[in-house]
Amino acid sequence: MVELALPKNSRVRVGKTWPKPQGKNLRAFRIYRWNPDDGQNPRIDTYWLDLDDCGPMVLDALIKIKNEIDPTLTFRRSCREGICGSCAMNIDGINTLACIKGLDEIEGDVRIYPLPHMPVVKDLVPDLTQFYAQHAAIMPWLETKSTPPEKEWLQSVEDRRKLDGLYECVMCASCSTACPSYWWNGDRYLGPAALLHAYRWIVDSRDEATGERLDQLEDPFRLYRCHTIMNCTRTCPKGLNPAKAIAEIKKLMLERHL
Amino acid sequence: MADVNRGNRPLSPHLSVYNQSYTGTLSILHRLTGMAMAVAGVLVVWWFLAAAVGPDYFALADWVLTSFLGHLVMIGALWALAYHLCNGIRHLWWDSGHGFELEQVRMSGLVVLTCSGALTVLVLLIANL
Repeated sequence: MVELALPKNSRVRVGKTWPKPQGKNLRAFRIYRWNPDDGQNPRIDTYWLDLDDCGPMVLDALIKIKNEIDPTLTFRRSCREGICGSCAMNIDGINTLACIKGLDEIEGDVRIYPLPHMPVVKDLVPDLTQFYAQHAAIMPWLETKSTPPEKEWLQSVEDRRKLDGLYECVMCASCSTACPSYWWNGDRYLGPAALLHAYRWIVDSRDEATGERLDQLEDPFRLYRCHTIMNCTRTCPKGLNPAKAIAEIKKLMLERHL
Repeated sequence: MADVNRGNRPLSPHLSVYNQSYTGTLSILHRLTGMAMAVAGVLVVWWFLAAAVGPDYFALADWVLTSFLGHLVMIGALWALAYHLCNGIRHLWWDSGHGFELEQVRMSGLVVLTCSGALTVLVLLIANL
């Protein structure tokens, strides 16, 4: 349901401003903080870093803050090269991976929030339970009915090419949490990430459950809450196009009724 | 999803922090223009209804709708109709699976804005001939 304002316990307050260091190339980082243990509302803390003494990416800055200023700052990260999808967050107003977002791409203060419209576990860590459940719901595996071949299921080069632009998704949740439809109806709308994965298996030449997959998506909410807002495609840190994948599913739905 | 939001977890900020840019803005405009047309439709029906009721009532309704504010609202509704029409065609183009590259989305958005403006001006010119 559309709720424009944040619930009472979620309204963000002004937090602590940490001391400025010495240096010429100072930048302010305004970061969302929420501690599950102190019973307080979320707040925005301000940290200062000298960018001449910091790595080039937003993740470098976060790690530097955690190491040298405030060890309580909490965020997810792992691969630091845009392949694990852990450090997805809202940076400078758009969802992306902190590890591949350059500090030089951002003008002025660096504003960092957790992925939008999600329950917050702590600071920049959102609860992705539902997001993963939606991924599981689209059956992200090869479904077959015929007898398995002696070796692997074969696929032509041409058919394999249909998976390009789909298989690269790292499930960082940037797209789904950028989608207003997912904000308002995330309990029933599967969201761009799950739907892109659904299409990845629908279009796979080796998969034999296309009909069942489409049956499962034929629902006013699961699929059709997509209104082609295109925030998903604009935000995807991997340059993929979930909106197009969803449009392809809608086309298949139409085709099988003709 | 019983364990989502356990322990009174806050909801992270969304509308207030998200940069909607042209994608989100043009999309919400489609919905707003749709609603605006419904309101304008009621006004037009009221105008006809007033004409059916009698000359005195019609004079009042006509005065309201042709006042400066009335003109402003009606010109706005005209643009809403034009935008909704043009963007509707953009949606049909999308539904056929085309125009999903970001550069195309930006361009088609610009085309919709330009065409809706031009259509509005064209109708106004024809109406004043």
